[in-house]
Amino acid sequence: MSDPQVPAGDEVTTPWWDATRERRLLVQECGACATRQHPPRAVCTRCGDLGHLGWVTASGRGTVDAFTVVHRAPLPELATPYVVARVRLAEGPLLLTNIVTENPGTVTAASPVRLDWRALPDGRALPVFRLLQED
Amino acid sequence: MTTSVAVVGAAESDLGVTSTSVLGLQVQAVIRALADAGLSLSDVDGLATNGISRFSTTQLAEYLGLQPTWSDSTFVGGCAPQMYVARAVQAIEAGQASTVVISFASNQRSARSRSLGAVVETTMPEAQFETPYAPLYPISYYAMAAQQYLDRYGATREQLAEVAVAAREWALLNPKAFRYGSGPLGVDDVLTAPMVSTPLTTADCCLVTDGGGAVVLTSLDRARDLRRPPVRVLGYGECLTNTSMTAMDDLTLTGAEASSRAAFKRAGLGPSDVDVAEVYDSFTITVLLTLEAVGFCGRGEAASWVQGGRIRPGGAFPLDTSGGGLSYCHPGQFGVLLLVEAVRQLRGECGDRQVPGAEVALAHGTGGILSAHGTVLLGADR
Repeated sequence: MSDPQVPAGDEVTTPWWDATRERRLLVQECGACATRQHPPRAVCTRCGDLGHLGWVTASGRGTVDAFTVVHRAPLPELATPYVVARVRLAEGPLLLTNIVTENPGTVTAASPVRLDWRALPDGRALPVFRLLQED
Repeated sequence: MTTSVAVVGAAESDLGVTSTSVLGLQVQAVIRALADAGLSLSDVDGLATNGISRFSTTQLAEYLGLQPTWSDSTFVGGCAPQMYVARAVQAIEAGQASTVVISFASNQRSARSRSLGAVVETTMPEAQFETPYAPLYPISYYAMAAQQYLDRYGATREQLAEVAVAAREWALLNPKAFRYGSGPLGVDDVLTAPMVSTPLTTADCCLVTDGGGAVVLTSLDRARDLRRPPVRVLGYGECLTNTSMTAMDDLTLTGAEASSRAAFKRAGLGPSDVDVAEVYDSFTITVLLTLEAVGFCGRGEAASWVQGGRIRPGGAFPLDTSGGGLSYCHPGQFGVLLLVEAVRQLRGECGDRQVPGAEVALAHGTGGILSAHGTVLLGADR
């Protein structure tokens, strides 16, 4: 795939993106009620807390929650097919991501996956996932 | 409960490939709906629309030479007109407006303005956390929901395809339908159409056409003196759930449950009272999820429930009788045309596709990626 255009982070998401430079996947956690949420935001959606939002580093383990194999790309420079999926992190939240595989037809609901990274030209990286069965 | 407001006019703009501007299509829809009601522009003091420009209602009001004392541009995708009905009822009952026009039009096919990719503002979280993974928007979300539905309930793509097959059967009875002359669609045709985002092929996806429509609302008392039989607004409800692709824990459960429950409660009716259902069929899966959420059948049952001709012409559950977004017209937002068809069915104007004796109609709109839901229940004034 060609490099996607990813906007710069804002005051809330910049720490998340900075961690990707070190290939660490962060999950936002509320220190007041222990809720974890993604994407990161300026408020805890469970308790409304503004002042105790912090981060935990994800283990990189997860399972496919939902997936689709895209056969018609939204941009001409994208090679098809590719897999768009929701991955349920071991830490709880869902991420939208790609499953990187040569065999899109082998992805199933509940497939176990592990974290990998797609480097961006500016040093950040996109968290993507690979099928454990292909390791 | 219920309401004291009625729909007194309904019309389509030109449909299909029109080579007409958005405002030109809007004017067609509005003027035709007013003519249908026996009213004129000078009667209109309320206006609701979107999709024209940044200031859609202001723009359309000026273009029509109106200075409305009530307006609404709630912008939530394809169910906005259902929500406009709710707001219009409230405005008319509160005395803020007496005659409301709800309209929508798009020239997306002529203008080639539809893209497969995301239409996400770069300052929104989805631009950082979703768009980089290149999901088709909105198709890939519905595709993930469809796959989750098929896996969870052991349903098949063949069963899902029945929604598109039945829509085509209805379209063959509607001379205004984009696929009117296209002949029947078979299950195999749906399955072997080009794959877009698994498990959805092009035939599981709605059309991309120009088109639009408008409805006119006023008080029931006044409606009874106008030229058309009034169609009563019996109930309405709405629910917003998500903008991102990860907010909903379960992709098979939607806000249609809350929106329809509110509409039925207001109307004092239940799913079994509905004679004809106009359900937004952006994709085949949208219909199955909505049928279950509204309560026409149980959870996980819709795939088998729609089989056997139940939702085809002559079946026990007339659904999307215009041919729907799948085979009739899909101008980007289909909600207003769901209302137009429901009104016509309740007036008995639908010719070959008329549902005999229809007295209660449900028009359910869906916007975005199963993001927004609006239900309207309409009834004949008998």
